[in-house]
Amino acid sequence: MTQLASITLMHNDAARPIIDAVMADNPDVRVLNMPGAVKLDCEGRLRVNRASVEERMGRAWSPQEIQLVLVSMAGNLEEDDDQFTLSWRK
Amino acid sequence: MTAKKLSLKQRYEFLTRDLDWEPSYQSADDIYPYDKFEGIKIKDWSGWEDPFRLTMDSYWKFQAEKERKLYAVIDAFAQNNGQTGISDGRYINVLKVFLTGISPEEYQAHRGFAFTGRHLRGAGTRVACQMQSLDELRHVQTQIHTISHYNKYFDGMSEFPIQHDRVFYLSVPKSFFDDARTAGPFEFMVAVGFAFEYVLTNLLFVPFMSGAAYNGDMSTVTFGFSAQSDESRHMTLGIEVIKFLLEQHPDNLPIVQRWVDKWFWRGFRLLGIVAAMMDYMLPKKVMSWKEAWDIYFVEAGGALFQDLARYGLKMPKYADIATKAGEHISHQNWGLFYQLCHVAGFHAWMPDAEHLDWLSAKYPNTFDKYYRPRFEMWAKQEKEGKRFFFNGLPQLCSCCQLPMLYTEPGDPTKTCFRSSVFKGTRYHFCSDGCKDIFDGEPEKYVQSWLPVNQIFQGNCGGATVPEVLDWYKINVGVDNGDYVGSPDEALWNAWTAQRFSEAS
Repeated sequence: MTQLASITLMHNDAARPIIDAVMADNPDVRVLNMPGAVKLDCEGRLRVNRASVEERMGRAWSPQEIQLVLVSMAGNLEEDDDQFTLSWRK
Repeated sequence: MTAKKLSLKQRYEFLTRDLDWEPSYQSADDIYPYDKFEGIKIKDWSGWEDPFRLTMDSYWKFQAEKERKLYAVIDAFAQNNGQTGISDGRYINVLKVFLTGISPEEYQAHRGFAFTGRHLRGAGTRVACQMQSLDELRHVQTQIHTISHYNKYFDGMSEFPIQHDRVFYLSVPKSFFDDARTAGPFEFMVAVGFAFEYVLTNLLFVPFMSGAAYNGDMSTVTFGFSAQSDESRHMTLGIEVIKFLLEQHPDNLPIVQRWVDKWFWRGFRLLGIVAAMMDYMLPKKVMSWKEAWDIYFVEAGGALFQDLARYGLKMPKYADIATKAGEHISHQNWGLFYQLCHVAGFHAWMPDAEHLDWLSAKYPNTFDKYYRPRFEMWAKQEKEGKRFFFNGLPQLCSCCQLPMLYTEPGDPTKTCFRSSVFKGTRYHFCSDGCKDIFDGEPEKYVQSWLPVNQIFQGNCGGATVPEVLDWYKINVGVDNGDYVGSPDEALWNAWTAQRFSEAS
């Protein structure tokens, strides 16, 4: 059975660079668009990279700032200064 | 020379555990008297860690930013008369159910986490519970502030705190949180942190709030998603607590499994109310309850329990029954609301033809066969001036407190009745799930405040319906009954007429 790691973000200007970074950095992302929010799913593991977000945002960004636009998530979280990763153990 | 910036991990270490101390004047067992009686064994409290590594200083910073954004939207919504731009006047009824049935539970969660944060002896857990306690207080406040704007125009919202304590259907959410808050701190954490926050609340806050966005309710979607940003932290606390308990000692597994089974079922029954809100009360629809259940329970819950299988934890008992009931539950609950809205604090209606077609398409296995004919019959009776109301008092389940309206697993034409005898008295249940919960702790559930039984005992304002409604603070002819013919409908129609006359 599939085990989707998942993140749901608000669909707004503050979240757009994060959504773009997730789509660029994670192969085969499944996108579910809902009014006001977008749910991104990846088999097993989904990673948000600080460097990728900063590149798109054009300023310094801490992975903790994701909390301002985070709606929901699924998976075990690992977060440090460079990344925010959700994964299921195989 | 500038000081080197601390990493996230270092900051968390210094600002949580490093601020803790070993008590010396009093024994730890005297300071934390409640964290052993449930039978949970903890070898090492430092084994628990918040993966968000959120420290109190960052917490204030982020929460302040969320509040600034939220209140800017609420203010703009009020200034620009956003209430006139919602999809339809019927939509307001979801806010009435939300404010009376859900917002007070945010407050209960605040109280519960304040208690747990005080009474669990691990520093990391205490800090996380403290933050969640503050979050929940923020949620109830922002919900009251947001919905207070609608209260200026629409009926049925002004008496929500008293109604939460008195009205019959609101005892369903109230009893859920009363049950959790009167349990020990570990059970509370599994009940609210894990079963409710991790496994179930996505169903309430994600598709439902997306529905608010779709129906033009900018203020509600904003408080919803603002609350939900805290919810992700709560979900993380919930999953970490489960893993922590299961890692600490093998003896914890059967206790935790019993709690997971119990609180999954209680949560499933409670969320049946949200099922009816999603399928029937949103004029513009995002997804059906069944679709939301498949995404958020079957798919996401499935992945979670696969992950937890390594500890020996199994899918909640009756998860399969719940998934099958997902084909029925919203229709059965809406039928209940429709038949009882004359004694409720919100309005109900029969769906129009387009809405019925949507339900037929979303529920191909059940809607046409079991529910559409019933709804079409009720609509026909309405046209003939014979609107059907249920004029008795429904028998309530002694566990979930919902009326006994659900059907047998495998036979949607037969009402499900279960019962248990305890100390010579027979207690009734709507399902095997609710009966099991009662049988596990009968001494607790025999104390339940069952609204219908209380009416019969003379504790609810009097023996007649008008007396009880008066005691409920339901303004008869205004707050209750059909949407069609209500002051809410008249107001909405006036706004709509005005919009068209100005446009022409």
